Amino acid sequence: MKIGKKDIEYIAHLSRIELSETEKETFVCQLSDILSYIEKLNRLNTEAVKPMSCTVNATNVLRDDILESSLSLEEAQFNAPATKGVFFKVPKVIE
Amino acid sequence: MRLFEYTALQIKEKIISGEIRPVDLTKQFIEQIKNIDPHVQAYLSIHEDEALKKAAQIQKKIENAENVGFLAGVPIAIKDNICTKGLHTTCASKILRNFIPPYDACVVKRLKEEDAIILGKTNLDEFAMGSSTENSGYKITRNPWNPEYVPGGSSGGSAAAVAADLSIMALGSDTGGSVRQPAALCGVVGVKPTYGRVSRFGLIAFGSSLDQIGTFTRDVKDAALLLQVIAGHDFHDSTSMPVPVPDYLREIDAGVRGLRIGIPKEYFSAGLNEDVHNALKNVLRKYEQLGANVIDISLPHTEYAVAVYYIVANAEASSNLARYDGVRYGYRASKSNGIVDMYCRTRSEGFGNEVKRRIMLGNYALSSGYYDAYYLKASRVRNLIKGDFDGAFQKVDCIICPTSPVPGFKIGERAKNPLEMYLSDIYTIPANLAGIPGISLPCGFSKEGLPIGMQILGKHFEEKKLLQIAYAFERETDFHRKKPVLKFSLTQK
Repeated sequence: MKIGKKDIEYIAHLSRIELSETEKETFVCQLSDILSYIEKLNRLNTEAVKPMSCTVNATNVLRDDILESSLSLEEAQFNAPATKGVFFKVPKVIE
Repeated sequence: MRLFEYTALQIKEKIISGEIRPVDLTKQFIEQIKNIDPHVQAYLSIHEDEALKKAAQIQKKIENAENVGFLAGVPIAIKDNICTKGLHTTCASKILRNFIPPYDACVVKRLKEEDAIILGKTNLDEFAMGSSTENSGYKITRNPWNPEYVPGGSSGGSAAAVAADLSIMALGSDTGGSVRQPAALCGVVGVKPTYGRVSRFGLIAFGSSLDQIGTFTRDVKDAALLLQVIAGHDFHDSTSMPVPVPDYLREIDAGVRGLRIGIPKEYFSAGLNEDVHNALKNVLRKYEQLGANVIDISLPHTEYAVAVYYIVANAEASSNLARYDGVRYGYRASKSNGIVDMYCRTRSEGFGNEVKRRIMLGNYALSSGYYDAYYLKASRVRNLIKGDFDGAFQKVDCIICPTSPVPGFKIGERAKNPLEMYLSDIYTIPANLAGIPGISLPCGFSKEGLPIGMQILGKHFEEKKLLQIAYAFERETDFHRKKPVLKFSLTQK
């Protein structure tokens, strides 16, 4: 499967990644190669096969909702690039 | 025998008997790291103060004849994608350069409880994405057997640290072979447990349905010892399974008489290096001499495993890595125009090229209009691959095959071609897709003197049997005792 520059721009946008023109060209080639390789899956007829993501135990794990201590405010904010009071501070959200 | 060369079991005994003092041992390892690691580049950070403090505590316990833990005084290195409270955990990514976790991973907590001494954190491919440790955002780790070669990856730092005597044990993580492949390339023992055997709590997520923490050790008995400590259910990881943990060291010498060993023909086809092939032939001959039956089997969907993996792993990675947005932790771009621009700049500046490539591939496979063709299709083929193993294990007790198709490759050799790099993991990926356990152990050397690894795969939760099978070979051979001669001064750049 060949993908073009437009596709790369679209995926980069979905991924919240900015690419330079050179990077776009490189990724067009590399991702096309990888997607062409992946196309080999189409040789298999899988209509009757169930999709699987859970290999060991496919039952849901439930537990009681017990109140536990959690991180303190200081610990939770310790790694933040910017904070204000009890909040994480970010650049303006609404234009 | 130099102090650095003892196994964990030997060291533990000497520490408990008072023959070696934990503080002295720790100091020697720290010094060894300071002297040797500038050439190997296995570590990203060294925890000198914490390690010496812990060693002093253990020493006091021993002097007071108090009970000590299962790993009393044994030095260990931890891959830098496993959280250590209060100490940097970077995933070898610039985006987590200053990240200091507020909690310990479950495995780290258990190591501390059992009195292991954490020497430091080891290098990896950024976010564990790679097979050579060349994708690290910080440094390139060299293979102690030959500095022109990669140590494998992604847990290349952990494997190189154990191989170069910069630690006795190490932890890594294995999403598509990231423990077994570097173990093979560095000539040490690597175990990837069953998915759900070891808690992933505090392991920074890459491919959540594939990731599993594993061990690097000098021999099989040490692997049993370390797995004993980290295995078992954890309340904080609901995918860890409440399955009893057997005593892995007990009956480790059970032998292989009557054992049915499956040899999958797909793993011995074109592309397999001749030296690796010959080493594996010797392995099978040895097992036959020991009374095992070698049976030809087929895992017919093997050729699709890499394609399935690069959809499933990257789809999961693209979701897991969405959290790096410069808001709550990690790097944030200094200049930006509004929040979306901040996200984009942060991620573009913080992630390396391989991580970007994988996030984009994953998002593509999950995007509207492509989900069925890629992600759903891959999930169906994944079921076929698991079915291959289910079928095989009705006929055989374990599967033996090479860990890596080649004994090694040079730094830079595969870095330009991502697809070629992905194919490095062709023999290790299927076990992750099926969730089964695997062990890699040394079984020979190539013409160039690089170690060769063999891989034993088993049924879910049959790590004990794998360790027995591995030990049966190891005690008859001395490949695991060979040490690299460090030649870094000659080729150092």
